[in-house]
Amino acid sequence: MQQVASAPPAHPPTHVEEPSTGLNNRKVLMWAFLGSDCMFFGALIVSYLVYRGRWQGHPVPTDVFDIPYTSVSAFALLMSSLAMVLALAAIQRGDIRRLKIWLLTTAGLGLVFIGGQIFEFTTFGHEGLTLGGNTGGTTFFVLTGFHGAHVSLGIAWLLSLFVQAVRGQMAQARSLDVEIAGLYWHFVDIVWIIIFTVVYLIPI
Amino acid sequence: MATATARAAPRAGILARPVAPMGIWSWLTTIDHKRIGILYELTAFIFFLIGGLEALLMRSQLVQPDNTLLGPGQYNALFTMHGTTMIFLVVMPLSAAFFNYIVPLQIGARDVAFPRLNAFSYWVFLSGGVLMNLGFLIGAVPDMGWFAYSPLTSSQFSPSVGVDFWVVGLQVLGVASLAAAFNFLVTIIQMRAPGLSFMRMPLFTWTTFVTSILIVLAFPVIAVALIELMFDRLFGSTFFNVTPAAAGAAAAGGDPILWQHLFWVFAHPEVYILILPAMGIVSEVVPVFSRKPLFGYPFMVYAVVSIAFLSFTVWAHHMFTTGLSAIAMSFFAASTMLIAVPTGIKIFNWISTLYGGSIALKAPAMFALGFIAMFTIGGLSGVMHASPPVDTQQQDTYFVVAHLHYVLFGGSIFALFAGIYYWWPKITGRLLGDGLGQLQFWLMFIGFNLTFGPMHFLGVDGMPRRVYTYSPGMGWELWNVVATIGAFVIGVSVLVFIFNAFKSLRTGERAGDDPWDGMTLEWTIPSPPPHYNFVEIPTVAGRNPLWLQKHPELAGRHVPGADPIATDTGHSGSEGSGAESHDGHHAVHVPDPSYWPLFAGAGIFVAGFGVLLSAGGNLSLLAVTGVGLFIVIVSIFGWSLEPVNEPVQA
Ligand code: HEM
Ligand SMILES: [Cu+2]
Repeated sequence: MQQVASAPPAHPPTHVEEPSTGLNNRKVLMWAFLGSDCMFFGALIVSYLVYRGRWQGHPVPTDVFDIPYTSVSAFALLMSSLAMVLALAAIQRGDIRRLKIWLLTTAGLGLVFIGGQIFEFTTFGHEGLTLGGNTGGTTFFVLTGFHGAHVSLGIAWLLSLFVQAVRGQMAQARSLDVEIAGLYWHFVDIVWIIIFTVVYLIPI
Repeated sequence: MATATARAAPRAGILARPVAPMGIWSWLTTIDHKRIGILYELTAFIFFLIGGLEALLMRSQLVQPDNTLLGPGQYNALFTMHGTTMIFLVVMPLSAAFFNYIVPLQIGARDVAFPRLNAFSYWVFLSGGVLMNLGFLIGAVPDMGWFAYSPLTSSQFSPSVGVDFWVVGLQVLGVASLAAAFNFLVTIIQMRAPGLSFMRMPLFTWTTFVTSILIVLAFPVIAVALIELMFDRLFGSTFFNVTPAAAGAAAAGGDPILWQHLFWVFAHPEVYILILPAMGIVSEVVPVFSRKPLFGYPFMVYAVVSIAFLSFTVWAHHMFTTGLSAIAMSFFAASTMLIAVPTGIKIFNWISTLYGGSIALKAPAMFALGFIAMFTIGGLSGVMHASPPVDTQQQDTYFVVAHLHYVLFGGSIFALFAGIYYWWPKITGRLLGDGLGQLQFWLMFIGFNLTFGPMHFLGVDGMPRRVYTYSPGMGWELWNVVATIGAFVIGVSVLVFIFNAFKSLRTGERAGDDPWDGMTLEWTIPSPPPHYNFVEIPTVAGRNPLWLQKHPELAGRHVPGADPIATDTGHSGSEGSGAESHDGHHAVHVPDPSYWPLFAGAGIFVAGFGVLLSAGGNLSLLAVTGVGLFIVIVSIFGWSLEPVNEPVQA
């Protein structure tokens, strides 16, 4: 195999030419991933809908839902998207201090949502809705659980950006990193709006 | 040739950068798309031999009625592993081998968009393949067929952990396929050489692109189905369970048909994932060996795209016997028949390309012609079972086995061999022997038709598939003997290929850059290509750029004045250094090797293994999965902290 002389290390190396479309590679990757994730949640939501109203035994999900409670945590998640937008705007202006504030706010609101979900799961469990009890429990917990896992991953991502910002590694030039995390975050948020509507709000 | 140091010193990051240019570590840590392509190719070929051995065992069992070579359980395990292996561990990775090796060369790029992600895909694929086959070691082999119909897969009816090996193995393979598909999607969208617009892309690149889209959209669905099945088996959920997990509990109320829907929403696009790359290869080989540009290029492209779109609308043609409503049956019958239209367009376009061409019947061309003929037969039997009443008769008989082998073997495998004969000289620098290639082709072609042709008759005669034996006096004896003889002829043809490969590596004729007088960019560079592929990134002025340059009269439309393949020097500014040539080479940056993809792949293996350990019933062993995921997370951190030698984008 042949090797080729490398540039003097002083220059940032790259093997990539100008992208053909003017878009950033990682951003295109994230869009492709989100397209794939649509199908992932689509299949989970369909699994829920297939059994909706055909549940056997009690309790079924609609017996235990507490819509006002879940609305509050859904609202927290919705607001986190706003904070995310502000975080991106901050780094695009080069305002690292605000970036830190908004990243932390976004992650914090995400944590509120996850905390709410843990509490909700526990309560439902006490009221008798279990993973193995009937198809209602099965499809509800797996669907919302995988959504929760997505949110948790997003929180970890936001926090790692926050830590980098604290350590002085974030600068205006890295706004793309925040933008891509934001794409993911908004997507997960939209998915919740759909789940909340389909699973909780629309009556059978 | 000129060699200088690889990237000078190992740099920051958690681990020192691997620097060895040769030897085992250089392969384990490689992120060169060409080496990864070779790894895919070799691994898939080994699995091809394993899957073939499984097939020969089955055919030996079926050679006479009431044979006792295999028991029913062993036979079930063999057809399950054979089908799963051939689809996920042979045809997909052989296609991936060419995606890796050829697509960057065809689009004039130095690597894929995410080289480390690419290496990661390979290691995850290997992990999945091993996990899938691990059951052989402990005698718990998956035995429910490659489509794993519920409720056969429930813990009640399949208490052995064999099913879990299949679930975990396939889940891991899905991760590998998805990672690779994202990568090729971005690579093709983003890294085309200047001037290489979409409607100038070689057809193989097109089919790679569309196949990647299919993978991106179809694999998440099987991921969900597998997650649900895993939850049912491990944690007692009731997605597909009809009967309650615990005695005395209320009926679980699961519906096994849900599995079939989820599975086929994935698996019908999957069959196009298996055939589109093959069609791409044939669309490269046929024009070169008939010395005419591909007939109706835009229609070929539209046909590929519409096949991909339609492939998501036909899944329930696998479910005509499950009691669908008449409206649903009519819809799925119609959409299935509709797919025959773009498929027919492709077949006629290949034939029209051949028509009036000066055809050179070299080995790649033979396999490509074999593909066209065999795939047409398989396509015709496919349209037959698009009709629900006909399908009701054919379902679960050998007629379906005949059909699926005419498209998968006569189709995909023949085309992949065409690709192997066609691109081998580019990859190794030496030609495969054409005489041996012809011998292999005829043995395989005759053996294939002897094996699977008679299965049409057996199927119409009512011989059921997936049954380990049959009674004498059904009139099935003769054709079963013929099929078994044919299978061994196929076996011999594969041995001929192996001999040819070794012979070529030692004493094969040197190929030169362009042994076939090719038309695409991969033939403009040395064989084997240098590490960095292109000294300068070419600029492309039309379809079939190399023919535009060499034989403007062949390439169809002549672009007056334009240099068909210009090397764009003004472009080198983004190569990092703008360096002067050194020993005759420009300073070109290629991605550095890395340990992290390998480690992340190993972590996935451990995670999958943990699930298998706990499948015995002891859920605390899921801790092993935790360890595996921890390794993955650490690897991802190491990966992102490692100095990036990837696009430095502003
Ligand atoms: C040496 C060549 C081959 C022979 C002799 C062979 C033979 C067989 C046999 C006997 C079966 C089981 C039929 C039954 O009992 O239902 C089978 C199933 C199958 N084969 Fe092959 N096969 C060969 C190559 C291939 C190739 C190259 C592919 C794919 C690329 C393939 C894909 C399949 C699939 C998907 C099944 C269905 C498995 C299932 O029913 O779950 N085979 N094959
Ligand atoms: Cu199908």
